[in-house]
Amino acid sequence: MNLDSLLPHLGEWLQGTGPDADVVVSTRVRLARNLAGYPFITKASPAQKAAIEAKARDALRDAAIEPRLTFVDVAELAALDRQFLVERQLISRELATVLDGPRGVAFDERESVSVMVNEEDHLRLQVLRSGLSLEEAWEVINRVDDALEARLPYAFHEQFGYLTACPTNVGTGMRASVMLHLPALGITKQIEKVFKALQKINLVVRGLYGEGSRASGDLYQISNQVTLGRAEPRVLLEIREVIGMILQYERQARQVLLKERKQPEQDRVARAVGTLVSATMITSEETMELLSAVRLGIHLRLIDDIPPITVNELFIRTQSAHLQKITGKSLGAEERNAARAKYLREKFREFDPR
Amino acid sequence: MICQRCGQHPATVHVTDVVKKARRAQHICEACARSHQLLPTPDDPAQPLNLPALVQLVFGAVPPGEPPGGVAAALEDLGAGLVCPECGLKYSEFRAEGRIGCPRDYDVFRAALLPLLERIHRHTRYAGKVPKSAGRGGDPLPDLLARLRRAVAGEAYEEAATLRDTIRAQSEGPG
Repeated sequence: MNLDSLLPHLGEWLQGTGPDADVVVSTRVRLARNLAGYPFITKASPAQKAAIEAKARDALRDAAIEPRLTFVDVAELAALDRQFLVERQLISRELATVLDGPRGVAFDERESVSVMVNEEDHLRLQVLRSGLSLEEAWEVINRVDDALEARLPYAFHEQFGYLTACPTNVGTGMRASVMLHLPALGITKQIEKVFKALQKINLVVRGLYGEGSRASGDLYQISNQVTLGRAEPRVLLEIREVIGMILQYERQARQVLLKERKQPEQDRVARAVGTLVSATMITSEETMELLSAVRLGIHLRLIDDIPPITVNELFIRTQSAHLQKITGKSLGAEERNAARAKYLREKFREFDPR
Repeated sequence: MICQRCGQHPATVHVTDVVKKARRAQHICEACARSHQLLPTPDDPAQPLNLPALVQLVFGAVPPGEPPGGVAAALEDLGAGLVCPECGLKYSEFRAEGRIGCPRDYDVFRAALLPLLERIHRHTRYAGKVPKSAGRGGDPLPDLLARLRRAVAGEAYEEAATLRDTIRAQSEGPG
């Protein structure tokens, strides 16, 4: 499969639609699964990893999985292609750069389902959806899991549930994450308060790129910590309740902004657009910050003409591997900043925002 | 059966643990279980099982002559010599890296893992989806045991008795 064929499209989860899309960017549910009769990855020999990959490949090809998944051999990919898949959230950084040996990923053409093979666990199933869509994501991933389980005997334990390489995932193996855009809570300095409350109830907050990553562009991922002792539907319900509260806080904060400082906000958004449309060099961090202001501006109706999907599109396409694919050559850091600015200028001129 | 602690009341709480392939069972009455914090108190039904207390009960007090380190030290000793016969993971490796080597390790290092799981998840027993191969299609015992536990917890004693008889019949086999 030539990955360049993905370039003109955007994963369905980036549509900017779906429930509560003014605050919720996307929903992700993943399941960790391991095959019975094999050691976990850290203790697996190259031959065992190859055997696990072969079994997983066969099952992914033959199982009745809807949508159809295509397998990509990550070990054979060039570094740029691996980074490209990371930016599209189809594989993890670990699978791309840290791990070696036989490994891969299967995903559908809408990029809503992906199954990583030989990551931290033998299988990492993932479903991505636009907006707040926990139950629907669970339904899809549960079906994919059933289809695979019919062909692959999983390591399952009566007391501990699905066995995983790390005890933090044992049990359901499920991590449900919701990516939120919380600029107003950031501006009104309430964000820390919200997160302290979350930690008390065993939910984890992370930046855009998962574990240990910094929150940039006011994007935050909220996910469950506990995988043992609580059934999946209950965990999803708990997250949903908490997200409901955060949505309410963020929307209140946005209304306060509109009421008490509409002019300065309008100015901030207009300046963000101004920079994006005229800069000749720009880092990805600055791009994220400016796009965050634009996204808020769209939802507060401070600017029109720019559809929300464009912001998502630019979030993805201004990242390093995407830029290099778009320009068709390998770029150093400074060249990337120039290419990014050029791409943004062209995109924003299409809209002619006021 | 009479409580092994007080020797007076009927034993209704049964604790079994497996350490280095040796099974240890304790049968105690409800009052003794409460006094050892093995059951949630009526004022705080949400309070999770007190695992350190459980470990203390199962392993007994630190033997005389050993340095007082309580349960933590006892656990450390418990794990120290363990090696998984399947993947070769040593307990020390597990402690250092936090990664488990193979599915079997969950049984090999069970005693040492339990307090860790308790700390991470506040639970040590799975609830959720069960693969079809582990449920109806395959060995029915795990499913029956889970149902029995739920029945006992829900005080559905008639159902529990029926399940107990089924399990007994299943595990002893014909004849």
